Amino acid sequence: MNTQMKQVFSRPDSLKDVQTHFCPGCQHGTIHRLVAEAMDHFAIKDKTIGIASVGCSVFLYDYFDIDVIEAPHGRAPAVATGAKRVHPERVVFAYQGDGDLAAIGTSEIIHAANRGEQLTIIFVNNTTYGMTGGQMAPTTLPGQVTSTSPTGRDVASQGYPMKMAELIGSLDGCSYSARVAVDSPKHVIQAAKAMRKAFEVQINGAGFAFLEVLSTCPTNWGMSPLAANKRVGEEMIPYFPLGTYKDNSAV
Amino acid sequence: MTKRLFVKGNEAVAMGALEAGCRYYFGYPITPQSDVPEYIARHLPALGGQFIQAESEIASINMLLGAAACGARAMTSSSSPGISLKQEGISYMAGSECPGLIVNVCRSGPGLGGIDASQADYFQAVKGGGHGGYHIIVLAPDSVQEMYDLAMLAFDLSDRYRIPAMLLADAVIGQMKEGLVAHKYVPPADLAEKTWALTEKCNSGKRKVVKSLRLGDGEMEAHNNNLHARYAEMAQREVRYEGLHLDDAELVLTAFGSCARIAKTALRLAREQGMKVGMLRPVTLFPFPAAPLREHCATARKVLCFELNNGQMVDDVRLALPDKEVAFYGRAPGAGSLPTPEEFLAQIRTHYEA
Repeated sequence: MNTQMKQVFSRPDSLKDVQTHFCPGCQHGTIHRLVAEAMDHFAIKDKTIGIASVGCSVFLYDYFDIDVIEAPHGRAPAVATGAKRVHPERVVFAYQGDGDLAAIGTSEIIHAANRGEQLTIIFVNNTTYGMTGGQMAPTTLPGQVTSTSPTGRDVASQGYPMKMAELIGSLDGCSYSARVAVDSPKHVIQAAKAMRKAFEVQINGAGFAFLEVLSTCPTNWGMSPLAANKRVGEEMIPYFPLGTYKDNSAV
Repeated sequence: MTKRLFVKGNEAVAMGALEAGCRYYFGYPITPQSDVPEYIARHLPALGGQFIQAESEIASINMLLGAAACGARAMTSSSSPGISLKQEGISYMAGSECPGLIVNVCRSGPGLGGIDASQADYFQAVKGGGHGGYHIIVLAPDSVQEMYDLAMLAFDLSDRYRIPAMLLADAVIGQMKEGLVAHKYVPPADLAEKTWALTEKCNSGKRKVVKSLRLGDGEMEAHNNNLHARYAEMAQREVRYEGLHLDDAELVLTAFGSCARIAKTALRLAREQGMKVGMLRPVTLFPFPAAPLREHCATARKVLCFELNNGQMVDDVRLALPDKEVAFYGRAPGAGSLPTPEEFLAQIRTHYEA
């Protein structure tokens, strides 16, 4: 009956057949796959431009089978703006971490959203600076111990975690803003759907699309992959509620 | 297009850039260059281009990086503190070999600086400006006409060498009005297609990656050596300067930009008084015209460098002429008034007779 077997799962066409540098239990790989599946779904990999940001995500030019421009730390939405204005018929997405987007790049993301740039922004929130070794991020949770908040983030002196999906969603120029997680099969399926939506908004010329994805960093959290995955549901989702915060896309 | 126009330098640089095919402008308001974005905001949409007033100079330069990576002729303009903010992006453009035009209508002095004419940013412009040991092309117009002409040349050189180009002007050059003969832009016949850039069409062949990060064994070293080889090539081929009365000059003046305009008048007065004085005005500040300077100063007794700062270009003049006596006269940025030709003439006489 071998002739009736059919392949139901494979590497997305938009991902290269290479090994990634990500740590065990890191969810960048899952999120990369969701981005690639969305590109496959719309058959856009040949017309897509990816903007690589600074941090663990910079190496996306080695993983996605697409054209890529590398941006300085936090500036991906500005670089993406320049690229999209020159080639409006191409699909442009930026993939940024929490330090990149919600700290050093706060200005660029807010103004790109507020101008209603025809862009898709994937924001990976793992509550820490991964590449530099686990320092406090703008999304670090209250009380969370990091290498630069050794006694835990004290909100009285270090402020509160930034809720970017809500903040970006509040801007008139933003058409779509949502937060998803990839800690369970159910959440992954929801995230895949939101990812398609985030690209579909741009493909239809419906405006600025922002998708926040909660993610793990087992290495810098000092946790096993399983414990890290559990933390997403137990600690992160209560502070960063999943859901759609804005949908004016009329897609 | 032979009509003589009466326009500001800031308008002329915008006109030259648009004539050269620049269709993307990204900037942020700052005195004394705001006429540049204002002119472009009025004229670019009709040409089918895009004008964005960005949230900051940092965003502007990164939009320029994105547009340049996509193969477009694009520009930004600003003034000293704004140019400092752009240095991160300029370094990335240099590292990822993205061409583009950056206009700096310089302010005076550190921090916020004044808006009077100044050449305080020579070092920042020609020595790299940002991190990483790179250089950019730097052109110094001394007239409204050159604001127009050099905008075109800046794009050509920048595209040819894949090195960002800066036009370094100041409030005098940017704000004064004088005659301009606008002329058609003719692209150099040998300007290659940007096969490295991300194209408009779907890319079904080889993927293009525009990046500065090079982590492979020896990759960064090779990249840096390659950049510096191009700087050396530019020094051989692309140096531009203006020479005046150099054949019999016993004293050679050097000055650039607005300061050169004052020095030219002082030079005329000195010649009228029988002094054998000449002048070499660098038009390209990087690559610096070191070889022509050596050639033209071979028989001169002395060199006198005028600048609207405390002495910056004079370092490069001295490096070019290690065996020659090189004197300096300048005014600190923020003097509030310009030196007069008579003031320069007195310096010329002192050094000529010494």
